[in-house]
Amino acid sequence: MAASPLIQARSLVKQFGSFRAVDDVDLQVFPGEVVGFLGPNGAGKTTTMRMVTGYLMPTSGTASLAGMDIATHPREAKRHLGYLPEGAPAYPDMRVEEFLRFVARARGLRGAEVRAGVNRASDLLELGKVRRQTVETLSKGFKRRVGFAQALLHDPSILILDEPTDGLDPNQKHEVRGLIRRMGEEGGKAIVLSTHILEEVEAVCNRAVVIHRGKTVFDGTPEALDQRAPAKVTRNRLDHVFRELTQDQAPQAGNKDDEVAA
Amino acid sequence: MSTATTPRQVTEVPFWFGTATIFRREFLAFFTTPVAAIFMVIFLVMSGVMTFNVSRLVDPQGQAALRGFFNWHPWLYLFLVPALSMRLWADEHRLGTLELLTTLPLSMMDLVLGKFLAAWAFASVVLAMTFPVWLTVSYLGDPDHGVIAAGYVGSVLLAGGFLAVGSAVSASSHNQVVAFVVSVAACFFLLLTGWGPVQSFFKGWLPPALSDLLAAISFLSHFVDSFVRGVIDARDLVFFATVIAAGLWITGLLLQGKRRR
Ligand SMILES: Nc1ncnc2c1ncn2[C@@H]1O[C@H](COP(=O)(O)OP(=O)(O)OP(=O)(O)O)[C@@H](O)[C@H]1O
Ligand SMILES: [Mg+2]
Repeated sequence: MAASPLIQARSLVKQFGSFRAVDDVDLQVFPGEVVGFLGPNGAGKTTTMRMVTGYLMPTSGTASLAGMDIATHPREAKRHLGYLPEGAPAYPDMRVEEFLRFVARARGLRGAEVRAGVNRASDLLELGKVRRQTVETLSKGFKRRVGFAQALLHDPSILILDEPTDGLDPNQKHEVRGLIRRMGEEGGKAIVLSTHILEEVEAVCNRAVVIHRGKTVFDGTPEALDQRAPAKVTRNRLDHVFRELTQDQAPQAGNKDDEVAA
Repeated sequence: MSTATTPRQVTEVPFWFGTATIFRREFLAFFTTPVAAIFMVIFLVMSGVMTFNVSRLVDPQGQAALRGFFNWHPWLYLFLVPALSMRLWADEHRLGTLELLTTLPLSMMDLVLGKFLAAWAFASVVLAMTFPVWLTVSYLGDPDHGVIAAGYVGSVLLAGGFLAVGSAVSASSHNQVVAFVVSVAACFFLLLTGWGPVQSFFKGWLPPALSDLLAAISFLSHFVDSFVRGVIDARDLVFFATVIAAGLWITGLLLQGKRRR
């Protein structure tokens, strides 16, 4: 199998003054892969995504999307990308439909393609009720869904989603997770999503990447992540592994409420 | 065999399509912001005040050339144009939408030019709404229409110059109020350097080359001494074109700088 990666990041480094937020991160994502990007607050997830999507210039290292270098061929690379930035930014004064039409046009869709793209994305994210509402009047969950819809308008082969389910109710979380999984399995897209919900990784991802202090500390399947927990841990095994990977001193055996002896 | 999905081919769009998309959103957005409405009302009321003050519109020779009307424009724009330009980029920083814009397949030029042209078009529309002033002087006297037309051309360029300065200031700030105050200060400086008393003050202690340079970069001398008198001089056109190009270039550099930080 000689598939080429849709996302290819090599030795990404981001230095903010004297602080190194991302320290030599490599990431390759192939078609059909759904990567859960994990790490504590401030680990560098958003910063990494911002470099891969071309918003922030890396201090060093390179990133390419669908084989196009984001620094030297930004427009060609970005055509293949759907990106949900952290906090799902949108223009508060615009109606949802206007906003989606604007983004569709900015992505190069025209005429009937715009309408088709907006309708499809609104259906996928169930935005029917709010299409005529202005963005500033939306609830947090709907705003996030508009941000997600915006990333799907042109049916891109690459999706980078910064906390796509944050603020969604349980039903919507379920729907959106299903949508993401299908887009990877059936749509053959390369998807990276960051999240703080570890169960989400088991539910939708076929690969997990954990970063801590700007460095990759785990890259493998969710099952492999789970295997790292000792057998005596029976509840919240992923939480245990996560803490072990991202805490500076290893958790002491016996003092964690999830380490229940069977 | 490769299992890579071939990325969906996006139809090729004309080179101006990105700029036009940004322009369209920004232009329509002006009609939903209160600041733009205030700009419109103040500008039109002020020109209305001029109209009623007819003695100022009709000069002693009985030739109404609207000089009084146009002479006011630099000072009206000084406060009104920064009110239009302050939100151009400061708001994008604050809302986080700059991240969205810069990850769309658009060039920095599409963004900078699209926004600038939208603000310029809005200011021009408002200026065009002062046409009753022209009608009034035509009715009251026998104006030189060529001089008035030159005044309008100059006024549009003057607004463009101020907007380009405001665009660069706005690109460097997260805060609209800061962007407004700094733009007013910058535009005030660019007006004052061409104002007689200030010029003679500079002449007193600056080397002549420098005081001449300061006079040469003034918006005031390139407007009041030429367009308002009915003279469309290539040098003034080049001056405003240069100011606009420089303002937009700096805007682009500042925005790129934010990404490099
Ligand atoms: N523009 C900036 N200037 C200085 N430091 C920054 C900047 N942006 C991010 N940082 C710092 O870089 C680190 C990584 O931030 P980042 O937003 O990538 O974390 P994250 O993994 O997305 O965290 P979270 O889970 O809270 O979203 C943080 O310590 C943050 O304070
Ligand atoms: Mg983050």
